[in-house]
Order: sequence, then C-alpha cells, then structure tokens
Amino acid sequence: MSIDVAVFGVMFVVVLGSSIAMLFARNAVHVALFLVVTQIGLAVAFLLEGAYFIAAIQIIVYAGAIMVLFLFVIMLLGVDRREALNEPLRGQRPLAVGLAALLAAEVLYVAYKGSDLITTGGGSQALQDLNADPGNVKALARVVFSRYLLPFEVTSILLVVAVVGVMVLARQMSAISPVSARSGSSVADKEEAA
Amino acid sequence: MTDVPPGYFLALAGLMFTIGVIGVLVRRNAIVLFMFIELMLNAVNLVFVTFARMKGNIDGQVLVFFVLVVAAAEVVVGLAIIMLIARRRASANVDDVRLLKW
Amino acid sequence: MPLDIPAVRLTGIAPEIALCATALLLLVIDAVLGERRNRWYLPALASIGLGLSIYFATEAWGTTRLELSGMVAVDGFASFVKITLAVFGLLTVWLGRDFLVRERAEEGEFYGLVLFAVAGMMLMAGAADLIVVFLALETFSLALYVLVGFRRRSLLSQESSMKYFLLGSFSTAFFLLGIAFVYGAVGSTNLYGGEDGPGIVSSFMATGASDVGLLILAMGLLIVGLGFKVAAVPFHMWTPDAYQGAPSPVTGFMAAGSKIAGFAALLRLLDVTLYPLREDWRPLVIGVAVLTMVVGSVLAVVQEDVKRLLAYSSIAHAGFVFTGLIAANDRGVSGSLFYLATYGITVLGAFAVVAVLSGRDDEKVTLRDYRGLFYDRPLLAGALTLFLLSLAGVPVTSGFVAKLVVFGAAIQEGYWWLAVVGMVTSAIAAFFYLKVLVVMYMQEKETEDAERVRSGPLSTGVIGLAALATIVLGLYWGPLIDVAERATLFFAGG
Repeated sequence: MSIDVAVFGVMFVVVLGSSIAMLFARNAVHVALFLVVTQIGLAVAFLLEGAYFIAAIQIIVYAGAIMVLFLFVIMLLGVDRREALNEPLRGQRPLAVGLAALLAAEVLYVAYKGSDLITTGGGSQALQDLNADPGNVKALARVVFSRYLLPFEVTSILLVVAVVGVMVLARQMSAISPVSARSGSSVADKEEAA
Repeated sequence: MTDVPPGYFLALAGLMFTIGVIGVLVRRNAIVLFMFIELMLNAVNLVFVTFARMKGNIDGQVLVFFVLVVAAAEVVVGLAIIMLIARRRASANVDDVRLLKW
Repeated sequence: MPLDIPAVRLTGIAPEIALCATALLLLVIDAVLGERRNRWYLPALASIGLGLSIYFATEAWGTTRLELSGMVAVDGFASFVKITLAVFGLLTVWLGRDFLVRERAEEGEFYGLVLFAVAGMMLMAGAADLIVVFLALETFSLALYVLVGFRRRSLLSQESSMKYFLLGSFSTAFFLLGIAFVYGAVGSTNLYGGEDGPGIVSSFMATGASDVGLLILAMGLLIVGLGFKVAAVPFHMWTPDAYQGAPSPVTGFMAAGSKIAGFAALLRLLDVTLYPLREDWRPLVIGVAVLTMVVGSVLAVVQEDVKRLLAYSSIAHAGFVFTGLIAANDRGVSGSLFYLATYGITVLGAFAVVAVLSGRDDEKVTLRDYRGLFYDRPLLAGALTLFLLSLAGVPVTSGFVAKLVVFGAAIQEGYWWLAVVGMVTSAIAAFFYLKVLVVMYMQEKETEDAERVRSGPLSTGVIGLAALATIVLGLYWGPLIDVAERATLFFAGG
C-alpha cells in the first residue's frame, strides 16, 4: 500500500462528507464553506491524477474567486436568514431520491466500465510521459493554442457577453433602488452586481 | 501519478453529481441551489480529468479549463440576477417565485 | 519543439465574426455618443452587421469541409441555418427598436446582446465539436438570460429570468456530463474526427475502439441538455414562465432562434454522427416527441394569457419537428429545416402583433384584452389570424406545408403512427387557436381604452413581411424546400 492510496482515501472521505454536509446545512454560509472544502479536496484528486495545472486553477479560480463571490452575495443579502428544510412540494423529495438513485446506478455503471477500460486503454503511462517530457503546463498550452484555438477565442466572446449582461442588470438595479439617478450611482451598483 | 484505479475516481464523481441533483431538487434558496449546480460542474470536471488519465491524452484537462471559464461567467450573471430579485423582494427563495407553476 | 499553429481559414466562422465585430462596435459607439433621444444609428448598424453575416453565410454555400482543426463544419446545412438565424435577428432588432422606444429606454446593450446571441446560435449550427456546441450554447444562453429580464419595471420579467437561468444551468450540467462521457468513450469530443484526432464518426469506422454503452448514456444526457433549449417536454418547465416574462420581441426571438439552434445541433448529432446508433436513440426521442406534442397541445387549451398560450404552442411545435428528426432521412432533415424556418417567421410575426397590442410596459396580454379586436384594429387582427392559422396548420399557409413535409418523412420511414399522433394533437391545438379567434371576432370589447395603441413603423413592417412570407410559402413552397433539400446534401462527414 502506497502513500497514494492513503491520500486518496482521505480525499474521498473529505469530499464525499462535505458534499453530503452541504445537503443538510441550513445556513447558506455553511453550504458555501462545505463547497469550498469539497473543491479543495477535488484539487487533491486532480494532483493525484497528474492534472497539476488544473489543480492550481481549481484552487485559485474556484475555491478562491468564485466562492468568494458567492459568500459576498450571501453576506450582502443577509447571513442570518435560515432556510426552512421542510418539504416544499408534496412528493418532491421521494421523487428526487428516486431520480437520484437512477442517476447513481448510471454513474456506478460508468465507474465499473471505467475500470474495464483501463486494462484496454493503458493511457495512464502516456499521460505520465506527457507530464514528464514537455511538462503539464506546456503540454496543455500546446493543445489549447493549436487544436482548441477556436473554443479559446469563443470564451472571450462569452466573457464579453457576461460583462455586458451584468452591466445591464446593474443599471436595472439602480433603476429600482431609491436613488434612481442612472448615471450617478451606476458605478457602485456595478461593483455590487459583479 | 497514482495507482488508484480510475473507477474509484469516477464513482466519487458520480456520487457528487447525484448529491448535486438531489440538492437542486430539494433546496429552496436560489443561491444554495446555484451552489449545488456548481457541485455538479465540479463532479463533471473530475470525470474529465479521470478520463484524460485513462485515455492518455491531455484534451480532458483542456476541457476542464473551458468548463471553469464558463462556470465563472455563469456565476457572475447568475448572482447578478439573484441580487436584483432579492433587492426587490427581500427573499431569494425559489418557491416564492413559483418555479413549478403550470 | 515549436508550437504548431494550425492553418486558420475563416470562411466557416465569418458570419459570427461579422456579428461579434458589429456588436462590439455598436457598444463602443453607444458609449461614445452617450444618451441621445433618438438613437436610430444603433438598429441601423445592427442591421448592417446581420446583412453582412447573411452575405458571408451565402459565400460558404456549396463548400463542404471542416475548418479550424476540425472544430467547425462548413456546409450547406450550417449556411442554411445561419441565414435563417440572421433573418430572425433582423426581425428581432426591428421589433426591439419599437419596444425600446415605447419603454423610453433605448439601450445599446439590447442590440449588442441580440447580436451576440445570434452569433452564438450560428456557431452552434456549424459546430463540429461538442465543446464548441457547449460554448456556443452558453454564449447565447447568457445573452438570453439577461434579455428575458429586460423589462426593468416588471418583477415578473426578472423572476422569469431567474427561473430560466437556474433551470438552464441545471440542464447545462447534464449536457456537460454527456460531453464527458463522449470523451470517455471516444477519446475526444469531436463529432467527425480526422487527422487531428479521433471523433465519434471515425470511432465507428475503427470497430471496437469506442465503448457503445458509454456513448448511449452520453447520448441520453446530451438530449437532456439540448431538449431543454428546444423546450421538449420533460424539460419544458421554464418555457411558459420565460415566454410570459420576457419582452415580446425577445420572446419571439427565443421561440424562433433557440429552437432552430438547438435543433440544428440535435440534427447534426443524432441524424449524422450518431446515425449508426439510431435504433438506440429512436425509442428515447420518440417518447420525448410524443410527450412534447401531447403535453404542449393539451396544456395550451387552459391558458388565459396569450404569451403563455404561444409558449405551449411552441412546445407542441418542438414535438412536430422531432417527427422529422426521428425519420432521420434526407426528407426528414430538410423538412425539419423548412419547418423551423417557416415556424420562426410566423411566430415572430405573432409576437410582433402581441408586442404592438400589449402597449406600454408590455402588460396587456390576457385573452380579455383581445376581445373585439377585429372591430378595433381590423388589420392587426387579420394578421394575427393568419399567423394563428399557420401555427394550427391550416392549408394555404406555410404551417400546413411544413407539417405535411415532416409527417411525410416520418411515414416514409414507417412511423405512420407517429404522424397520426401528430395530426391528432394538431387537431387539439387547432382548438385553442380557434379560441383566440372567437375572442377577437365574436366578443364585445369590455371597456374603451384611454389611449389607442399605435404600431411603430418597424413593427408594422415586420408584421407585413411575416404575413407575406406565411402566405407566399404556403402557396409557393417549392424553392425553399429545394434549398433545404440541397442543404442536407452537403452534410460534412455523413
């Protein structure tokens, strides 16, 4: 038994445990914090699987930037509000669990198939070679800027759309707030919305 | 790199995705609901990385990169919409806005 | 080792580039010129951009190849869908201009977002890689989420924007899991494959290389994601709310544009790349199609709000297009394209009338507001009648021809019972279109309006054009069907 297996075991328990804890946490802040734990755990999983660059990005962008944004909005809206955990619609919960069971069966089949494929695929070694020779980041960059050039450019349009969209929403926010001077308060509102 | 069989990673991803689906279906607060969607996206990222290891090419990791960008853009727009409504109604509960009306 | 930058040929994405460049220019001009009372130059510029993209799309007509390392397909199918989308975009921009003037809030962002949305939809039509499909889908979805909430004084508009957003990103997660499974089965997310790497089509040729079980699971998840965008039934929850809440021009754009973009991706995915697995996906898609037709038609009957009614009608129409997709032959594909193009123009016309009638704040949209419309506004009522008859599939309108073609394709493949289900649900659907007509022609107006709603010149033009197209294509459908048929011949890789 190598150290990898031990690390994997701890990661597995932490990720699964905090995901389940998300379901039962009443306070939105707690849900967000459990999600952060899950994401850090996943970064460990990425390291184990040789995705070094993605692991770093996972922590910087996901656990860092995105989750801070979530927490920021939760704080703005008020932390003390508790969510009722009673059943919103009759029969919704059994339905959800049934659906989830179906999904779980599906993914476990895939996991089973996955262990099947590893014997035929034998890709682990190939990726290890890639990580050793040009290095993980270099290998990634080569693919992103050649084969995936178009998707990479499309993401820039996607981000522009997001920025323009948030500008529109921020302007609406200033239209409904008591101070409805459109130009005056728009900068502060934009920051809030972002 | 690890010797742990990819099947275990896939099983973990599957369980996470399932928990995400349950969360979206049973929780009522829009922000919390949105966080469960993020959990689902994270599970998909784990699937991509694991398949990348199995297939021995780096494309799967590139795809994770794109998913991250999209998730960031989605979060920005989504939280702005949620903020806008919460400001007006002092509530971010989805049921208050009749999500499942015919 | 130097980096191999692939040969960059832009004929395939020239229409999208034209649109994005115009949109950016438009946003800059709007910011520089500031708040003027009459910003006529914004819709004019947007129209020029859309015109340019039509030109570039016709330039690509006739070629068939993959470009940009196999990421986009340049073929007749993509060109057809792109030209149709540009036309929808033009009608939306003109309608949107009147809407914005009525709301006294002419903002350049509206046009910018519409142009970006059209660009995303176009990219989806030509996408030959699932990651491009995904990014295109996200681009136009993000734009639509914001456009749905564009009625700033209406809480309903913003709430429906949130519902659309939450359900949309939920379905996106399933779509992504589907992409991940395709990657696991094939080793790449490409639809065709070639010298750049493997793809779905090339993995079928190399027998034993791909895992079919995994691919079938992936297919189901991809259908969930795209089914959401075309408003197919188990995934239709957002449709009535988003259609009701959005400004009418945006609703028309969603009904026409989202549908053709989603179906373009579905047609390329199911009828071309996954054609060898058709016996596996057909049962699933048939189930969705039957449910969509039945639920859409039956639930529309009880609606009292015209926009919700048209939303359920649009769900039912998605079901009719599915019959052409299920046939999976040339006639089915060209029929679906013809259906989507004619349906889009008709539904945009219908929402143009709704936009004009609903007045300031886009609020008067219940059936009661339509009482005695014929005696008040005979021309508008006449146009709406024409559109509703076309949606119902009455002869002499384009809707009749479209239904005939897709049902014919299904019968040709032996799915005559599916065509029967389609006809029965069309008959049910005819009932609620008739209900609107009865209200317009046979009931008395309740109260006199203080101010008579006026139709802007652009709205009038859009309604006229759509009515003309509906009649002309109902009588003289040959040329457009010919073009749609030629669009199926050029499919890359298939």
